[in-house]
Amino acid sequence: MSFTARVVDGLVTGALPGPPGSGVAPTYLSPTGAEIVFLLLGVVAVVSALLVVATSQLVHAALWLVVTLGSVAGMYLVLTVEFVAWVQVLIYVGAVVALLLFGMMLTRAPIGRSPDLDNAHRWPALVAALATAGALVALVVDAFRSAYVDLDVAGRTPGSAAATGATIFRSWVLPFEVLSVLLLAALVGAIVVSRSTSDGA
Amino acid sequence: MHVVYPAVVSALLFSIGVYGVLARRNAILVLMSVELMLNAVNLDLVAFDVWLRDPLHAGQSLTLFVITLAAAEIGLGLAIVLLVFRTKATINVDELVDLGERAE
Repeated sequence: MSFTARVVDGLVTGALPGPPGSGVAPTYLSPTGAEIVFLLLGVVAVVSALLVVATSQLVHAALWLVVTLGSVAGMYLVLTVEFVAWVQVLIYVGAVVALLLFGMMLTRAPIGRSPDLDNAHRWPALVAALATAGALVALVVDAFRSAYVDLDVAGRTPGSAAATGATIFRSWVLPFEVLSVLLLAALVGAIVVSRSTSDGA
Repeated sequence: MHVVYPAVVSALLFSIGVYGVLARRNAILVLMSVELMLNAVNLDLVAFDVWLRDPLHAGQSLTLFVITLAAAEIGLGLAIVLLVFRTKATINVDELVDLGERAE
């Protein structure tokens, strides 16, 4: 059997080689504290994401997006990936949402209810989204039913700033530098695009 | 932590983002839904990184890269939205049909 076939087979049956020392997975009926916190944060994230796409007030959508992104950061913390969690808070909650609010302000978004935020084909969109959700949830539940990760291992800090920094600046230096060039290009592009009409072109 | 939990939450967030991209009419709301989808992917990347104990920390590094890319995307996307608003006086994606086949 080829490697790809084995990996696909492992993905389908959930029999990927587990990490060392993971042991047998506990039952789903006795959730740990971390799992309960994670599920609560997940409920908050999903409900506020639903409100982002369902609310009829533009500014409220941005504020619900803050709740979603914040609870995703909380989920990162529960998964012991603390550096990524704080980056998420700084960049997403801090910068991206502020940019979105600026965009709304500059495009004279209506304050208050606007009934025409959804377009004509929202029911086909709902069907497509439900189909996506059904397919993805069925797939991941089937694939990862027996996968279990023990988060509470002494001496293991996979998400600390030290560990993340070491891997980024050892193994991922080239993508990191390429990304900085890409950020510069995006910055210059945004400036050029937004001032092209003012100088008469 | 069962890996199913982050995977299911991420799948739900992704499909909510799909709905938002397809059903919303305001371009800024479409950008927000794209952010939801990117966040779903990030959650999966982090969960699998922690699960597989990858010595390269590929999941975390890629999550940081995706966050950076999302920031770049939102900056450029909003610049384009502002340009469209200046030239067309609307950011309603239903009305931006210049490149479509049926112009009427």
